Amino acid sequence: MEKKNLKELKVSAIKEGTVIDHIPARSLFKVISILELQKMETQITIGYNFESKKLGQKGIIKISDKFLSQKDLNKIALFAPEAKINIIRNYKVIEKNVVQVPDSIEGIVKCMNPKCITNNEDVKTKFTVIEKKNVTLKCKYCEKITDQEHFEMK
Amino acid sequence: MKNKSLVSIHDYSKTDYLRIMDLAEEFERNPRNYGNLLTGKVVATLFFEPSTRTRLSFESAVQRLGGRIIGFADSSSSSVSKGETLKDTIKTVSQYSDLIVMRHPIEGSARWASEVSDVPIVNAGDGANQHPTQCLLDLYTMKQTQGKLDNLIITMVGDLKYGRTVHSLIQAMLYFSPSFHFVSPEELKMPNEYKMFLKEKKIPFKEHHDLSEVLKISDIIYVTRVQRERFSDPIEYEKVKNAFVLKNSMLEDTKPGLKILHPLPRVNEINEDVDTNKKAYYFRQALNGVYTRMAIISSILGLK
Ligand SMILES: [Zn+2]
Repeated sequence: MEKKNLKELKVSAIKEGTVIDHIPARSLFKVISILELQKMETQITIGYNFESKKLGQKGIIKISDKFLSQKDLNKIALFAPEAKINIIRNYKVIEKNVVQVPDSIEGIVKCMNPKCITNNEDVKTKFTVIEKKNVTLKCKYCEKITDQEHFEMK
Repeated sequence: MKNKSLVSIHDYSKTDYLRIMDLAEEFERNPRNYGNLLTGKVVATLFFEPSTRTRLSFESAVQRLGGRIIGFADSSSSSVSKGETLKDTIKTVSQYSDLIVMRHPIEGSARWASEVSDVPIVNAGDGANQHPTQCLLDLYTMKQTQGKLDNLIITMVGDLKYGRTVHSLIQAMLYFSPSFHFVSPEELKMPNEYKMFLKEKKIPFKEHHDLSEVLKISDIIYVTRVQRERFSDPIEYEKVKNAFVLKNSMLEDTKPGLKILHPLPRVNEINEDVDTNKKAYYFRQALNGVYTRMAIISSILGLK
């Protein structure tokens, strides 16, 4: 088989929709869960442990017939800060975007303070992003800091 | 401030601080004029963990303004012990009252309560997080004793690592160009995040291991309790427990206007022979807590 065909076989092209590329492999399943892809009914192709010069191993998600909003996509910035978003129309990339860390985050991650109300009662976490480069979050409830190294899915 | 919860010192601006202090002063000057201010109002004091001093201070404040009180002094006697969520307790009690004062061991519980309550919440301590009325009464006391809040030299002594009151005070004093001296055992030093905060805001501070170095230059000495359970090594506690005790003899040659504050309860960090010194102000500070809480409650209820 030709090399070109091999590549195409890995993840088939989509006609219309959203492609999320450059997801670190270890974050792929978190990204799937944050975007709640399991609830979608359109065709979704997921690639896992692809080789990537930049990331080592990467994941890729192709969602057919669905155009996710930038706001929704920004939610994955905590786990896939270098993700590239391609909007596909008629098999062509018509738009390329990057994800941006939002100013505030609800849900998604846990507060790292075990004594925080969000870890003791059924309360959704809310954070203010106080540093975007090395993402640092301040809990709106206990006012403690959660940093990148301690991100854990809520 | 009207109808707004007071959960954290960050909820109030400098203007709010000054307004509360002015109002507290008015209540202190003319207590008889306000005996009916809260007539017809019900304030709930929900203490999910006991703190007799704080609860009595709030209840005294409400009573002096003519309001009524419902509530509990610890959660073992309430529906909480039957497994009710905080949300349900707060939502229910907010139907019975015009304002809820709450103390709870879980950090962030007061913010959560303010989101689910139908009436304003005043945080009377949420674990190690916030206790804003203590901070406001400390500000009021400093202003009262020094005639101003600007440019004071404040020495903080004792447990500066876990002491919630000293952390809040540092942040609230930001508006009043203070300088700080921190005196503590090595294990209980002021945490880095607060030192970074001071550096960022260009507020001068210095750390010391010996109290005698700074007594003479201070306007305020703010003493906090050093608790045995804070030490990983009990021998370490035994070594330092007497090193930071303030005695009357040490107060010679200090500034005439110096005042000694303590959030109470005290154990042995201020010797009892200091109590009769005019510079001892901690019991008066406790009284100021009542005036400050009167000011906070009546502001939130929109009555002043
Ligand atoms: Zn928290």
